[in-house]
Amino acid sequence: MKAAKFDYILAGSIEEAVQVLENGGSDAVVLAGGQTLMPLLAMRLARPATVIDINGIAALSGIEAGEDEVVIKACTRQATALASPLVQAYLPLLAKAIAHVGHQQTRNRGTVGGSLAHADPASEIPLAALAMDAFVRLRSSEGTREVPMANYFLGPITTARADGELMLGVHFPRQPGQARIGTGFHEVSERRGDFAVVAAAAQIELDDIGRCARAALAIGGADAVPRRITQLENRLLGTSINEDGIRAALPDIAAALSPGDDQHASAAYRRRVAGVLGERALLDAMREARQ
Amino acid sequence: MNRDPGRNLHYVATKRRVREDKRFVTGQGKFVQDVVLPETKHAAVLPSPYPRARILSIDTTAAEALDGVHMVLTGEQLAVDCNPIRLGLKLPEVKWYPLAVEMTRYAGEWVAIVVAEDAYIAEDALELIEVDYEPLAAVVDPEQAFAETNFLVHPGHGSNVLYHGHFLWGDVDGDFAAADDSLTFRARWGRSSTVPIETFGALAHWDEGTEILDIWASIQMPNFVELLASTLGYPLNNIRLHQDVDVGGSYGVKRGIKQSVLVAYLSRKLRVPVRLIEDRLVNMAGGDAHGPDRIFDTDVAFTNDGIIKSLQIRALDDAGAYPGRAPFQLAKPISAIVGPYTINSVKYEAISVATNKTGQVPVRGFGQAPTNYMIEAAVDAVARHLGLDRLEVRRRNLIPSDAFPYQIPSGSNYDSGDYHMVLQKALDLADYDELVQRRDKARTEGRLAGIGIATCLEPGGGNNIFEYLMDPTAEITTFMEACEVKVDPQGKITGMMGTTTSGQGHETLFATILGEELEFDPDEIRIVHADSLSALPTRSPVASRMAIMLGGAATGAAGKIKDRALAIAAFNLAIALEDLEYSGGTISDRNDPSRKLTWAEICFISYRAYHKLPPGMEPGFHAQFVFQVPGGGQLPDAQNRVQIYPCFSFQAHIPYVEIDPGTGRVSVLDYAIAHDCGTVINPDIVRGMVIGGLAHGIGAALYEKFTYDNEGQFLSATFADYLMPSVHEIPDVRDVEHCTPSPLTSHGQKGSGEGGYLGAPAAIASAVNDALHPLGLSISELPMRMSKIEALINNGSK
Amino acid sequence: MSRRGISLTINGKAYQREVEPRLSLLDFLRDEMRFSGTHVGCEHGVCGACSILFDSVPIRACLMLAVQADGHDVTTVEGLCDEDGAPGLLQTAFQDAHGMQCGYCTPGMLISAQALLAQNNDPSLEDIKDAIGGNICRCTGYVQIIESIQLAARRLREAEQ
Repeated sequence: MKAAKFDYILAGSIEEAVQVLENGGSDAVVLAGGQTLMPLLAMRLARPATVIDINGIAALSGIEAGEDEVVIKACTRQATALASPLVQAYLPLLAKAIAHVGHQQTRNRGTVGGSLAHADPASEIPLAALAMDAFVRLRSSEGTREVPMANYFLGPITTARADGELMLGVHFPRQPGQARIGTGFHEVSERRGDFAVVAAAAQIELDDIGRCARAALAIGGADAVPRRITQLENRLLGTSINEDGIRAALPDIAAALSPGDDQHASAAYRRRVAGVLGERALLDAMREARQ
Repeated sequence: MNRDPGRNLHYVATKRRVREDKRFVTGQGKFVQDVVLPETKHAAVLPSPYPRARILSIDTTAAEALDGVHMVLTGEQLAVDCNPIRLGLKLPEVKWYPLAVEMTRYAGEWVAIVVAEDAYIAEDALELIEVDYEPLAAVVDPEQAFAETNFLVHPGHGSNVLYHGHFLWGDVDGDFAAADDSLTFRARWGRSSTVPIETFGALAHWDEGTEILDIWASIQMPNFVELLASTLGYPLNNIRLHQDVDVGGSYGVKRGIKQSVLVAYLSRKLRVPVRLIEDRLVNMAGGDAHGPDRIFDTDVAFTNDGIIKSLQIRALDDAGAYPGRAPFQLAKPISAIVGPYTINSVKYEAISVATNKTGQVPVRGFGQAPTNYMIEAAVDAVARHLGLDRLEVRRRNLIPSDAFPYQIPSGSNYDSGDYHMVLQKALDLADYDELVQRRDKARTEGRLAGIGIATCLEPGGGNNIFEYLMDPTAEITTFMEACEVKVDPQGKITGMMGTTTSGQGHETLFATILGEELEFDPDEIRIVHADSLSALPTRSPVASRMAIMLGGAATGAAGKIKDRALAIAAFNLAIALEDLEYSGGTISDRNDPSRKLTWAEICFISYRAYHKLPPGMEPGFHAQFVFQVPGGGQLPDAQNRVQIYPCFSFQAHIPYVEIDPGTGRVSVLDYAIAHDCGTVINPDIVRGMVIGGLAHGIGAALYEKFTYDNEGQFLSATFADYLMPSVHEIPDVRDVEHCTPSPLTSHGQKGSGEGGYLGAPAAIASAVNDALHPLGLSISELPMRMSKIEALINNGSK
Repeated sequence: MSRRGISLTINGKAYQREVEPRLSLLDFLRDEMRFSGTHVGCEHGVCGACSILFDSVPIRACLMLAVQADGHDVTTVEGLCDEDGAPGLLQTAFQDAHGMQCGYCTPGMLISAQALLAQNNDPSLEDIKDAIGGNICRCTGYVQIIESIQLAARRLREAEQ
C-alpha cells in the first residue's frame, strides 16, 4: 500500500497554496492532517499529481473568539480544538462532537478543516457545524466567499468547495451570553472511536421565559449528507420544551432521511436509530438548557 | 513421565520475567521485515477483482519495462516449474497454485507478481499489468455450493463438496427414542479469523554456491518446509528455514506456502534475495487466512431433568476456493465432541464445501471454538426449554471429578479435571449472586442485561490422527516434538528447539523446565531456535501443545544429561548410582557429602579427560530427546474411536453484558474466568494466553466478520470494515486458576494457548441471549453485530 | 517527482537525508534509517503499530510523509531506552508485568504510554484506555498492558518523590 508518485509542495502562504490549487485543478489535493488523505494515497484511491502541504501556513492555524463568532482556522488540530477553553466555553456542541472523532493519535494530526473538507456523511465535526449554523470561508484566486453549512454538503464526500478553493476556516456563531443553551451529541458505532454509523447533534436555546428560542437537530450517517431536521426544529420552536413535546416530534426524523444500506447497517436500521439517537441528543440538550 | 506432584518446584509455577520481552520492549525483535540482506528485491502481487473469472490474457510488457523492475511473473509461467500446493485431503482436481492459472476463484486471488527495487516501484508496475478477464458467476452461499452441480469452483472435481463424512458413536437412535424430549436448532459461526497485526512475510535467498534455499518467514505450522519442497520440486534438504524469526502473532493462520514458494522461485531465478511482505489489503483478501465459516444443525435429546443424552450434529463448513488443511477443522473437534459433559452418544455429519471465497486456514483451536459455541448453545437451549437454571443443567451434565480419566463416545480420554470446582471458582470470582442482582436491577430500570455461562474444553498436545478420520489413507500416528540440550565446556547450558515462536514465550518455557530439572537458574540458560536443517523433528506450536510437548522433550533431554553426569560421578567416585545425590549440578556421596564432583569437574571430564569417562561413553556433554505425543500412536478402531489430543484444559467463563435496545450495541461490562490448565509453568504467560484468547473470542462473538456480497465481492479488506476489539471493547477481566495436573505430562502441565478463544464466543452468546430472554428473543449467529440485535429487538425487516 | 532534502532529529540525534515525496515516514524510519522497532500493521491508520512521538506528540507514522518531518523531532521506541540501550523505566515495567506476547504492537503501546505518563504520572484507568485506545493488540486482551502502564506510573511517582 504505497502511494503513487506525486509532486509535493510545502506551501509558505495562503496565496501560494491557492495558486498551486488553481494550477493543479482536480489533480491537486491539500494535505492538512493527513488522517484521511494518507490512507487514500496508500490505497491509490487518490492519485493526485500534486500534494500541497498547508501545515506550514501559520495563518491557517488558530482559534479566535470575536463578539459574534468563534473562528477555527482550517488547519487547527482537532486535539487543539478539543482542549481549547474557547471551544469548551463557546462551542460546547462542537467540543462534544470532537471527543468522538477517532483516537487521541488521529486527533493530534487531524484538523477541523480537513474533516469539513472531506465531509463523510457520518463524521462528527461536519454534523456539529451543521447543527450550529456555521459557515466556511473559502479562498480562490478570484477572492473569498462564504458557504453556510446548509448549502455546503452536496453529496457523500462532495461539497460546495471547488477544486481551486482553499478552506480558510470555519466560523461558528458565538452564543449570546443570556440565552440558556444545552447541547447533546450521541453516536453509535461498533467500537469506540470508529466512524459513526449514525450520529445526532442537538442544540436547544431557551429564552428568558423558558421557551425554545432555537432548536437544532442534525443527523449524520442516515442520508447522503448530514441533515438538519428542520420540520422537528420548527415544531419545537416557541414551545416549552418537554419530553412529551420532543417525543411527539420524533417521527419527523425518519421522514426527513433517506439512508442507504451497507455491510455495517441497513437503511432501516439507520432510520430507526436516527430517531433513537435524535431523541437522546434532544433530551440531553433540553436538560442542559434547563440547568 | 509425570513428576511427583508433591515435589517442590523452584522455577516452574513461579512468577518469572518472560525473557523474550526484553527484545520486544527495546524494539529489537527480529521480525521477518527486520531481516536485512544486501541486494534484496521487493515483490508485490496483483489481485483479481472478480470473485470468479477466466483469465484470457495477461500483458506484462509495460510493467517489465518500468525502470527498477526486475521481473514480472504470471501463474501460467510459474506453473511450468512448480507443482500445485499439496492440500490436506487428497483432492487431485482441486489445484492450488500460488498464482492463478487460467481461472481466478475468489476476489483478491493473486494473478501476477512483480519484483522491483522497492515496494513502491513494484506497486507502480502492478498498475501497468493488463489482465483481460472474462467474469463469471460465482457460487457464494455454502448450502447452494453443496447442492450445486453447475457452478463448480473446481470443475474437474465434479462437485463443490470437498469432504462429506458420517460418524456414529454409540446408540444415538436408541438414546433419542428413550429420551423424554428433544430439540433442534441451528447455530452459525461467521467467517472470521485471528488476523495478527503482523501480516505474513517471507524472504528467500537461493545460494547457488551451496545450493541451499535460505528462507525467513513469519511462519507457524508443521510441514512448512515439506510443502515448500514438494511445491517447488526441491529435495527437502535443499531448504533451510530460519526459525529464529520472531513471529508477530499467528494463532494458527500463518501458513504462507504460496507466498514462500513465490519468493523462493523468484530468488532462484534472479539470483538475489527476494522478499514479499503482504500489505494489509492483500493479506485480508488474498492471504488465504480466513477461519471456519460453519453452519451447525443440531438435535439434542434429553431427559426432563435436563440430562443430555445424545447429539446429532450436521456441520457444514465453507472452506473457500483453496481449502489447504482447513477441512480438518471439522475433524479435530471430535476430540471433545461432547464438551465437558456426560453425553452418551453422538452422530456427526461433517461437510466441507468450496465456494468462490478466500481460502480457509487452521485457526486457533482448529475448529473447537465453533464447536464449543454450538455445544454451549445446546446446553442453554435445553435449560431454557425446560425452564431450568443454566448453571443447574451444567452441574447435572458436567463430568464428575471422580470419573477421570473419562472416555467420551468418540474415543478420547479426558486426562484429568474438576469441572464443578472450576465452575464454582468462576462463580465465586464473578460474585455470581451479586451479578444476578445487578442484572435484575438493570432490567427493572429498563435495560437489557445478561449473564453468560460457558464451560468449555481446550484439547491440547496435538495429534494428526484426526486426518486419518477424514482420510483413511493418511496413516499418520506420529506427532512429536524434540529438543537438544548441550552443556558447554564452561558448564553453561543451551537448549535448542526446532520451531518458531509467535508470542507464547517458548524460550522462557524451555529454559524454565531445564532449570527446574537440572537445578540451574533459568536465566543462565540459553535457548536457541535451530534452523530446519539443524533442527530435530518438530510439529510446531499448533494445537496448544508446546508446554506439553516441548516440556516433555526438555524434561527427557534433561534427564539424559543428568544420567550422564551421574554415570560419570559414579565411575569417578566409585559409588553405586543409588548412593549419589544430585544437587544444582554437584553430585555427592549421599553418605559422605565431602566426596563429590562439581559441575565444572564433570564438564572437564566430558570434554577433556577421556581417561575419566566410563568405558563406552562418548565425549562431549549433550542429549537429544524426541517426545511422542502421550496417548498417540494408535489408529482408530472400527467405530472411528481414537484418542486425539492427550490433555484437556477446562475453563468456566462468566461474562456480564448490557445491550442498548435502541442501537443493539452490546457492552461487555464484566468478565470472570476460571481456568485449569494443570501445572502452570509461567503464570504471566498463561494469564496472557487466557485473557488474550478471550479477547479474540469477544471479537469473533461481536465484531469480526469477513463479509461478501451476494456476487462474491469481498467487503472487509481494511480495518475500517473488519473490526477488532480495542481496549475499550474488552472489560477488566478477572481470572482465577485451578490445577488438576495431567498424569501424562512432565510436570502436570496442559495447554493454555487456545482456551480463552474456545470459550468466550460461547459465553458472550450465552450472555446476549440471557439479555434478550425477557423479550422472548434469541440470536444464534456470530458475530452478533449491533444492527442484527437491534433489528431483532425492534422487529425490523433487516 | 524529485527528491527533497530533509533534516530531522531521531531519538535526539540529527540526520540529513534525501527522500522521495511519497515515501511514508514509517518506511523512512524503518527502511532508510533502520529503526526497525516501529512496525507496519495496516498502513491506513487504524492499528497503531507504527506509533511514534512527533515533537513529543504520539501519532501514526504511516499517516505522515517523510518530507513532513523536516525540521522536526521524532522519537521511536528505541529512543525510550537509556543511554546504554537498556530498557528505561516504562519498558522495564512492561517486562515486569508481561505487557506483551508477540511484541509486534508493543512499540506502539510504549509510545502511547510514554506520551501519557509524560503528561500525567497518575493516570486513571480511563486515561490509560484513552491513551492506548488507538493501539490494537491481538495477543494480550490488554489487561497486562494496562497493568504494565499502572506499574510504570507508580514507579514514576516514587522516583519523583
